[in-house]
Amino acid sequence: MGNTEIKAYDRARAARGSQRPSAGGYMKLLIDDFIELHGDRRFGDDPAIFSGVGFLNGEPVTVVAMERGDTIEDRMRRKFGCPTPEGYRKALRLMKEAEKFHRPVLCFIGSSGAYPGIEAEERGQGEAIAENLYEMMTLKTPVISVVVGEGGSGGALALGVGNTVVMLENAIYSVISPEACATILWKDAAKAPEAAEALKFTAENLFEFGVIEKIISETNRTVDEIAAELKDYLTTQIAEKKKLSEKELLDERYNKFRKIGA
Amino acid sequence: MNLKKLFGFGKADSKADEERSCKKCGGTFKYSALAENNMVCPECGTYMRMRAWERLGITVDENSFTELYGELQSRNIIDFPEYEEKLEKAKTASGLNEGVVCGIGMVEGHKCAVFVMDSSFMMGSMGTVVGEKITRLFEKATEENLPVIGFTTSGGARMQEGILSLMQMAKVSGAVKRHSDNGGLYITVLTDPTTGGVTASFAMLGDIIISEPKALVGFAGARVIEQTTGKKLPEGFQRAEFMLEHGFVDAIVERKNMKETLSKLLKIHRVGGAV
Repeated sequence: MGNTEIKAYDRARAARGSQRPSAGGYMKLLIDDFIELHGDRRFGDDPAIFSGVGFLNGEPVTVVAMERGDTIEDRMRRKFGCPTPEGYRKALRLMKEAEKFHRPVLCFIGSSGAYPGIEAEERGQGEAIAENLYEMMTLKTPVISVVVGEGGSGGALALGVGNTVVMLENAIYSVISPEACATILWKDAAKAPEAAEALKFTAENLFEFGVIEKIISETNRTVDEIAAELKDYLTTQIAEKKKLSEKELLDERYNKFRKIGA
Repeated sequence: MNLKKLFGFGKADSKADEERSCKKCGGTFKYSALAENNMVCPECGTYMRMRAWERLGITVDENSFTELYGELQSRNIIDFPEYEEKLEKAKTASGLNEGVVCGIGMVEGHKCAVFVMDSSFMMGSMGTVVGEKITRLFEKATEENLPVIGFTTSGGARMQEGILSLMQMAKVSGAVKRHSDNGGLYITVLTDPTTGGVTASFAMLGDIIISEPKALVGFAGARVIEQTTGKKLPEGFQRAEFMLEHGFVDAIVERKNMKETLSKLLKIHRVGGAV
């Protein structure tokens, strides 16, 4: 599938590229009648998480997307799509609302990860991510996660506990950034390309490991064509997951993660 | 108190005369003296990091602990450079097969599933074997209606196992959730340091979260935060007292009172066959 001779670090560059639609950008291409819903009802509203409700091919859905922003001011405001605890708590609040009304949840991932900040730590970045992993595992409605750009570590996984996880061909999903990995291992961030190969974070790698279920090809395709295939795939997936009983749905999600490294 | 009773399992006697220094004050002490003091520096009161078996020695009742899954060992599953060598070194340094010891034991007569992470094994980092062992322990505790007590110390997810390490955060959290939905009690004891992917998963999921004094507890690394924000970190940032002040820790408990506190909590929750 796809272009396996592309270097891992080039994939990372592509995944982060500013010409590439953001996670929120892809979400908007897929969802009709989108209404943005703000705030965590606890402390604030994190603009790094762009979320709300709408229709996917006529099916009501809740959507949660990382949004890195457009202009430089917008990007600063959204912290380049790196969520604070309020972002994760907003995401979970909306997922719980979706559960109540039996609406599937779609998560779109694309940023370097959870925001590393003083206030983020004060307000429990670790606790917020942990709570999402914990609650998403037993959310009684289908959850599908799409990695459209960079899937950065625990901050990505906090939107990634899905029955199905999909990646775009040039997206990456990693435990650590190649730059940080190279710095820790070899005290040299310039060795990021070597670290990128070693980390095996491309969509092909993750598909082989059984971490993701589907790769959406990007080769020789326009954004609209990519979005169209993604839309079809998500529509089919939702229809399939809706046929499952509640127990089957939750067992499927649990076992998907349970088997990794068993 | 004899050492065997303190640290149990017959492992301590042979090293009673070994010397260790406190990293804070530089004082050098016989292991026996440190053991008598729960591995707290007799000079300056610094909490030295404890090895898993030392921790079990001061936590579970004598001869009550049965280790589980101790045979599981990590492999270089994603063919990461120099990982085999690192694993060998870690095994030699720690005397363990992996960075967590799991099992069933008694705490003042209360039967519990217990896991203790060990920072001498690759900084207690979580790879697939650490994730698998803790997951199995939670699943067993769920089946047998046992409470779980977990001592955390970790640098986070182990990068040498790539994405498979990251996924352990979800796997363990799922097992914790099932244990909780079944009515199980989970007590976390945060010890120095608990960071990264372990903080962002099972360390923060206890019904009760206890910390040792001054333990470093946080998600992002201090240097990363400084570089990203350009701000100087406040005094005491990401320490147990900071976590307590911000509402993420139930109580800070001194090491010498830990077993008694755990026992009381088990008794109050009426779990583990309270006596």
